[in-house]
Amino acid sequence: MATTFFRILKFGLQNFSRNGLLSATTTVIMVLAILVFNGLTIFGVISNSAVASLQDKIDISVYFKSAAPEDDIVKLEHALQSLSEVRAVEYISSEKALAIFKQNHDSDDTISQALAELQTNPLLASLNIKAKDPNMYPTIAGYLETDQLKPIIEKVTYGENKEAIDRLARIIDTVRVAGVGITIFLALVAVLVTFNTIRLAIYSNREELGVMRLVGASNKFINGPYVVAGVIYGLLAALAGIIVSTPLIVFISPYVHAFIPDLSLSAYLGSHVPQFVFYQLFFGVALGATSAAVAVRRYLKI
Amino acid sequence: MIAFNNVSKQYGDTAVLSDITFKVAPGEFISIVGKSGAGKSTIIKLLIGEDQPTRGRVLVGSYEVNKLKPDELPQLRRKVGIVFQDFKLLPTKTAYENIAFALEVEGRAQEEIEELVPQMLDLVGLADKKDNFPDELSGGMKQRVAIARAMIHRPAVIVADEPTGNLDHVNANEIMNLLLKINELGTTVVLATHSKDIVNKLRKRVVALENGKIIRDDARGNYEL
Repeated sequence: MATTFFRILKFGLQNFSRNGLLSATTTVIMVLAILVFNGLTIFGVISNSAVASLQDKIDISVYFKSAAPEDDIVKLEHALQSLSEVRAVEYISSEKALAIFKQNHDSDDTISQALAELQTNPLLASLNIKAKDPNMYPTIAGYLETDQLKPIIEKVTYGENKEAIDRLARIIDTVRVAGVGITIFLALVAVLVTFNTIRLAIYSNREELGVMRLVGASNKFINGPYVVAGVIYGLLAALAGIIVSTPLIVFISPYVHAFIPDLSLSAYLGSHVPQFVFYQLFFGVALGATSAAVAVRRYLKI
Repeated sequence: MIAFNNVSKQYGDTAVLSDITFKVAPGEFISIVGKSGAGKSTIIKLLIGEDQPTRGRVLVGSYEVNKLKPDELPQLRRKVGIVFQDFKLLPTKTAYENIAFALEVEGRAQEEIEELVPQMLDLVGLADKKDNFPDELSGGMKQRVAIARAMIHRPAVIVADEPTGNLDHVNANEIMNLLLKINELGTTVVLATHSKDIVNKLRKRVVALENGKIIRDDARGNYEL
């Protein structure tokens, strides 16, 4: 068993090294497929961050009447937190709202003087609510508009911002669907191009496969070396992909950061090195080995 | 022993072999002769399980070839050495590696391979060409490598399909002498050929085919159609 395994490994290495030009061409095509795979991964990270950043900007605020007891507001906060549609609820008391307002208008003397002349705090307590998905805001707004809550609620901003929220929700949905669509399409193209390249490489050896069969080689002895060669293509392509992609990602990182301030591709890469390496090796090896195994199968019927 | 019992082969409506019956005793040298299209190569294909008969039975030793499943064929082919007109060597392997391959697929130990292959290269006169690839060898040398590969696992039967078809007169004679020597050592040889000179020189058993039928089976025959 071990002897057979080592012989298959030896023949695979021989196939790779003695078909130099063919191996080099196949590896280059696989490098391109790996780069497409990396591009799709980075596109996924960027679009997810863009969507998350956009989503984070959407919220609805509930302003409470000045006479509304704080206990009722806290009860409503807890009730909202228990809703499955809600991601986060932040309570801003009227005092905190005033402090934030003062801080924001620190340099504006007119507003500072006007506030000083007022004897009471004109700002209302509020709850800032963020939904798990932008499409869930209508449900949350509906919950807040029940008759039971009317006595303590002054206004809900959803009505005022409905159009903007809906438009953002539509954009987010479109980005998600388009992202998945583009990823599937390009991944499929990369897989098919690689598969066909390996198939052509094996096609050029089809007579050799028949000879092996006639000499008494079993199927595993015939397709094993080609699968080994496929694994070598995949490993080399993944390594080349990592060597080419890493500086590229570092290079584009500041440009992406300017577009999405919450995202640093360099930092993302730094914190995902094992995944980055593993996925590429897995993608390369799985694609190379599977393509070779499938392509050889049709020549094993002699 | 090899036996063809009422074997017929049809491709669509065309009958290539019709009701073929003959036996080959162990250690025998038999030439199957006939014009192109007579059915010689089909008999060889049926013998090594490369094709299946439409009717009848093909027996090689204990194997009923027509009933073998694809995954059982390698076992048969390790018992039968095959030599082709176009050599069918593996182009990315050296002469040594081509011969060793037949033992490697059987799972033989490395030490045994390292002992047997040089002996076989010596026997076919190619010891100094062991590291050459097939495209660095002449036609005669390629065929000698093919015979060495067919012989290396000491099969009971050697099947040669037009082994001299691509060779000049001198090389053809050398190859035939090699096959005769192999036969003298006790190996059954089944030779398919349309070379009159070779068959007439052999003075061995001849089975003549015409239009897929046996028209003659002489114990010490000549090439006559």
